[in-house]
Amino acid sequence: MQTVGKNSLFLGKRDFLDIIIVGCGKVGQALAEQLNEQGSNITVIDLDGNKIDALTSRCDVMGVVGNGATHLVQQEAGIARADLLIAVTGSDELNLLCCLIAKKAGNCRTIARVRSPQYSSEAPFLKDELGLAMVINPELAAAQEIARVLRFPSAMKIETFSRGRVELLKFRLPEDSPLAGLAVKEISSKLMCDVLVCTIERGDEAYIANGNFIFEGKDVISIVASPKKANDFFRKINYKTNSVRDVLITGGGELGHYLTEILLRSGISVKIIEKDLKRCEELSELWDEVTVINGDASDQNVLLEAGLEEAGAFVALTNLDEENIMLSLFAKSAGSAKLVTKINRIEFDEVIKHLDLDTIIYPKNITSDTIIRYVRSFKRTEGSNVERVYQFIKGKVEASEFTITDESAVTNIPLMELTLKPGVLVAAILRDKKVIIPRGSDVIMSGDTVVIVSNIVGLHDIADILK
Amino acid sequence: MNYRMISYVLGWILVFEAAFMAVPLITAAVFAEGSTAIWFGVTAGICLAIGGLLILVKKPEKKRLFSREGFVIVALSWIALSVFGALPFFLSGAIPSYIDALFETVSGFTTTGASILSDVEALPKSILMWRSFTHWVGGMGVLVFVMAFLPLSGGQNMHIMKAESPGPSVSKLVPRVKTTALLLYSIYFVLTLIEFIMLLCGGMTGFEALNTAFATAGTGGFGIYNSSIGNFSPYIQIVVTVFMLLFSVNFNSYFFLLNRKFREAFNTEVIVFFIIVVTAVTVITLDNRALYPETGDSLRNSAFTVASLISTTGFSTVDFNAWSELSRTILVIIMFIGACAGSTGGGIKVSRFIILFKSLGKELKVMVHPKQIKKIKIGSHPIEHETVRSVSVFMIAYLVVFVMSLVVISFDNHDLITNFTAVTASINNIGPGLELVGPTQNFSFFSVPSKIVLIFDMLAGRLELFPMLLLFTPSTWKK
Repeated sequence: MQTVGKNSLFLGKRDFLDIIIVGCGKVGQALAEQLNEQGSNITVIDLDGNKIDALTSRCDVMGVVGNGATHLVQQEAGIARADLLIAVTGSDELNLLCCLIAKKAGNCRTIARVRSPQYSSEAPFLKDELGLAMVINPELAAAQEIARVLRFPSAMKIETFSRGRVELLKFRLPEDSPLAGLAVKEISSKLMCDVLVCTIERGDEAYIANGNFIFEGKDVISIVASPKKANDFFRKINYKTNSVRDVLITGGGELGHYLTEILLRSGISVKIIEKDLKRCEELSELWDEVTVINGDASDQNVLLEAGLEEAGAFVALTNLDEENIMLSLFAKSAGSAKLVTKINRIEFDEVIKHLDLDTIIYPKNITSDTIIRYVRSFKRTEGSNVERVYQFIKGKVEASEFTITDESAVTNIPLMELTLKPGVLVAAILRDKKVIIPRGSDVIMSGDTVVIVSNIVGLHDIADILK
Repeated sequence: MNYRMISYVLGWILVFEAAFMAVPLITAAVFAEGSTAIWFGVTAGICLAIGGLLILVKKPEKKRLFSREGFVIVALSWIALSVFGALPFFLSGAIPSYIDALFETVSGFTTTGASILSDVEALPKSILMWRSFTHWVGGMGVLVFVMAFLPLSGGQNMHIMKAESPGPSVSKLVPRVKTTALLLYSIYFVLTLIEFIMLLCGGMTGFEALNTAFATAGTGGFGIYNSSIGNFSPYIQIVVTVFMLLFSVNFNSYFFLLNRKFREAFNTEVIVFFIIVVTAVTVITLDNRALYPETGDSLRNSAFTVASLISTTGFSTVDFNAWSELSRTILVIIMFIGACAGSTGGGIKVSRFIILFKSLGKELKVMVHPKQIKKIKIGSHPIEHETVRSVSVFMIAYLVVFVMSLVVISFDNHDLITNFTAVTASINNIGPGLELVGPTQNFSFFSVPSKIVLIFDMLAGRLELFPMLLLFTPSTWKK
């Protein structure tokens, strides 16, 4: 074992994170550059010496050439003092192996990029059993982002907890909103809606909602709800989410698969055009309500026959970036569908921007953004049982996800009997895959995952919410 | 070419040089040398004025530096440091000719230790201190230090570090250049401090100990007595021997030692370095039996001289010019070998020789089995083809510079050994050579053109040729 301890000679106590990135592909490079800029100490590992050279002469990171899944190479990269290892090589298995070895070799958290849906569907198991801090699936993350754009384009922010079962949505009320004049506690009684209002921003002030707070037009509010309940709520307050009702997807790959699943969950109808007959059969077996069309999307007639002209949204997800752009351009001329175009590889952002293609999705950027967001919350979650932290309202308010492992002062007592600190809101309880939007009579139990919204920045333990 | 950025960095270098003047100024205050102190003050003022002007006049809009700017900045900074660092010698009248003053300063910053002075004991103490201090500043390199404090993003510091650090390849100890630089400078500082204290324990005065420690740490070799280290006690000579060797080991090794990574600390280069030292000392000690009846004396003097020349310091305890031809030949050979990469020493560097010999072996094997694929390794680390290529190119450049310099200074019509070892001592940053430039002699007899060539050699040798050669390559300056 190396003994470059946490307080090694000369290095002293560190304020910055030491991060090792395995894999110097596009995502690895983007991560290295951005994390380095934010003050973390980065070491990159790649088999290709040229890639390491190029990166180390461009930004202030250390490079190690070698196989990142070997103990020796990880040692050389300083695994013993690393806080975090991010494995983003091209291979899922290698990424997982890197994380496993890092876990044994050092005392660090690990993030693996896992593409294949077989592994990805086992993400919770991998996280728990292999001790990974995060399993990121670029396709899934991209699908979530596309779904957000299609479902709720006017939302200012959507954060998802517990793998999408609970959402925190932030949006601005229109001036003539029926909510104006109502008090927060009247939502459940008057609107019969099971949503929880968390924060209200008015002007420069941000408030944690209490029952007596009265809404005004133009308030920016955030709510916690399951996706279906949220849609319900928006309908009742006549809020235009500008959600689309039906989507035409070209390309039935993994991304299409994930996207369809999410869209169906929020009640949007889906049509998929896919070239490969076998894949079509697979897809059609998955969902009864989805129309799967076997055809080549680059054939205009196929698109028109599939109802492109009337479609609410058109999503181009084929494997060829150029084809995606062409398809979207055609869709733009043929109908009035909202366009989403996936770009994997090509980098001419400026040129693509001028094509006026509504929304462009870069799965790679989404992956690196997600990881960076995690790293940002990292320091805050060190030494606590916080799963993730989201800062919103310019860092004044945080939403933290806690896993309750032990009985404590907050468990098994109805919420209304707990004396919470002011500015603390128990926003959601997840128990056995069910979402509970908590009322006064609900209790927190061991094994639950709890979302706390508060203006106390830096909650470390669930017990901190008590007075 | 980002000219504005280059002048901005140069400005900062001059501001730092003004700050360096504090050391001789304090010395002058301690020894009441008011008349010399004025000239240090004047130089500091000039540096501040020009430096400030360069920094403030126009802030660079684009801060991006590429590889060539890195090389140009390093070369120009060292030239600027020397040009202004020579002013106190010249203005105070200690060295009446400016070219001589420049030669002395370049010799100081490049840690060569070749002098044009015949009687250093006659100089004011503050001037001596400045001479020794230039060794200390130049030993570790000044640019990485300066860049660490300038608000630049790191990738750019890497170009500077690559251009300034000695050795075929540069590796960082920790992910950030700034932290790496701080670690290396801390090691440098602590080692110097230990030597200073050990010299004090040996009965040196504070002034003597500080000067000697500075000159050893930078592997420079300016002495404050005409007899160099010769008149000091055997204890002092042994301490200096040990520290000359310590400062010629790759500083990364100390970092690894501190972190108890012994395998990395005692790597192939360090081991080969010590094998060379032990072999040379043994042969010369045996060869010198006739000169020194006491084996202890023989061993001490041989060890001191070998350490002094292989570390490219250039201190002397005896006139090794009077030794036998075998010993003198070995001394010239180790002058070329030089110290380890990543140390304060000069020379071609042990690691380059290891790479060259291994690639020679590889080529021979490939001649036997033409289809054989073989990668050169040092220890367990494979050496990239790029590195092998750049080492070969370095050797060619070294030969070209060496031969051309030799031809130019031969116009002075001194003997070949003098000319040959003068160039050897300059380009390898050693100091003394043999015959007319032997340890008891100096370089003052060379003509002005020869001195300029030797100044170029010293700078080129310290910066490992390429930064200086790039200054004279037209494509560097093209858009």
